[in-house]
Amino acid sequence: MPRLKPKASDSSAVTATFRLKGGLFPLTLLEISRFDAVDLEQQLRDKAAAAPGFFKQTPVVLSFDDFIGELSTLPLADILAICRSQGLLPVALRSGVESLTQQARALNLAIMPATRVKPAPAPLAETQTEPDEQAETGSAEASAPEPAPSASMQLELSPSSHVEINRNPSKIITTPIRSGQQVYAPGGDLIIMAAVSAGAEVLADGNIHVYGALRGRALAGVKGDLSARIFCQSLEAELVSIAGTFKVDEDLRNEHWKTAVQIGRDEQSLCITPLV
Amino acid sequence: MGKTTTSAAISSGIAMRGHKTAVIDFDIGLRNLDIIMNCERRVVYDFVNVINGEAKLRQALIKDKRAENLYILPASQTRDKDALTIDGVERVLKELADDGFEYIICDSPAGIEHGAFMAMYFADMAIVVANPEVSSVRDSDRILGILQSKSRRAEQGERVEECLLLTRYNPERVEKGEMLGVKDVEEILATKLLGVIPESETVLKASNQGIPVIHDTESPAGQAYSDAVARILGEEVEHRFMSVEQKGLFQRLFRRSA
Repeated sequence: MPRLKPKASDSSAVTATFRLKGGLFPLTLLEISRFDAVDLEQQLRDKAAAAPGFFKQTPVVLSFDDFIGELSTLPLADILAICRSQGLLPVALRSGVESLTQQARALNLAIMPATRVKPAPAPLAETQTEPDEQAETGSAEASAPEPAPSASMQLELSPSSHVEINRNPSKIITTPIRSGQQVYAPGGDLIIMAAVSAGAEVLADGNIHVYGALRGRALAGVKGDLSARIFCQSLEAELVSIAGTFKVDEDLRNEHWKTAVQIGRDEQSLCITPLV
Repeated sequence: MGKTTTSAAISSGIAMRGHKTAVIDFDIGLRNLDIIMNCERRVVYDFVNVINGEAKLRQALIKDKRAENLYILPASQTRDKDALTIDGVERVLKELADDGFEYIICDSPAGIEHGAFMAMYFADMAIVVANPEVSSVRDSDRILGILQSKSRRAEQGERVEECLLLTRYNPERVEKGEMLGVKDVEEILATKLLGVIPESETVLKASNQGIPVIHDTESPAGQAYSDAVARILGEEVEHRFMSVEQKGLFQRLFRRSA
């Protein structure tokens, strides 16, 4: 009888001790523009006196984007000590400066990528330099289905009516998308040659085509492409969204319910028109 | 919902047609397949014993008294589902296959947890049992999704052959709008219909007596299971029991004019 061999699949048979989940947490940015140990400590103490509730083990991200002076010789350890003495817990450093990131590594600080370098000319450049594409996807996905897009998201989206996203080839799915499944087409269109079940979610940076009944959630233009559209053979969706503007099924159960439609976005709302 | 009743009926049906068949109860801790098969008093060793190497497969298999080619591998009542491991299950299935078993039916527990995952992981074909109600159909949809993404065939880029068995179907209640119709369910799940088992008292009676309902060749439920077995074995059989029984010309005319 063959003995049990340790295999890659083994781990799934053991009860997991943890699971990894994504989370979005608000973090305060401590932007240091000038360094003088005495001044910094004094000013922090003043702030702490004014808002003692805030300075209780509050995690902060250190940023030196607006720093005036020489960054390479900055003693990060001293700044950390001062912050901690006043009840702030620096958890990460946001900087692209090598000497600082090296110090941060030694001090066990997380390192966040620097804010996007803004090359003044070339309006397209912003979307083409995409080091933090991942982070963006996450936030866009997470905030898209939320009721009433937040102000900051609106701001981010409004100038992007002609956003240019690196186009990937379309993703074509021929099998039904079942309840509990999620399919995302990054950078392109999503084409589904079957039904999308209730409880399923389909997302695309571009358009979404469903050659079947759309019963689940469909989110097109999740990175803010306002020209994205959703096409389906039978509109029975739980939610449809284009670039963050959405309608839920209660709003959809009108004359277009269970008919073939296309959904586009004009100005601030979604418009649903029958497919002829 | 009828998973265990269905496992018992279908495994009996396949065995009665001359194929060497095993039916395994994956519902560790809540075994009831052996009760429906009326062999609970003959259980000495169980599935978990075999997986742990405490008993040989031959010792644990129970030969069915009604169908000659049928063997039952009962679940353990004293363990929980975590006792099942992928390697262990694979080893038992392989041993059964080497032993000349043509069909191995895995009776899955309810839910989408470890036990169900173990039962479906090695499947070549899955029979999804659903009742004609919205929540059951939704759960089946979910299971079909997991089946086509998490099973071994899915990991190898293949598809598990899937089919749908609708149990506790009552055409009269469908007509009254109290139950989902076959068409609705087929449309929602977009999968092949294996059969429709009519709601029937004989099903309950049979399971209480420990006789798989397929042995009751008089009852519509037994006949419907026989049809389903024939379809599994590749025969073309027309679907039955899907519409209200004819109640005579007068009543039909009356309904039409109403």
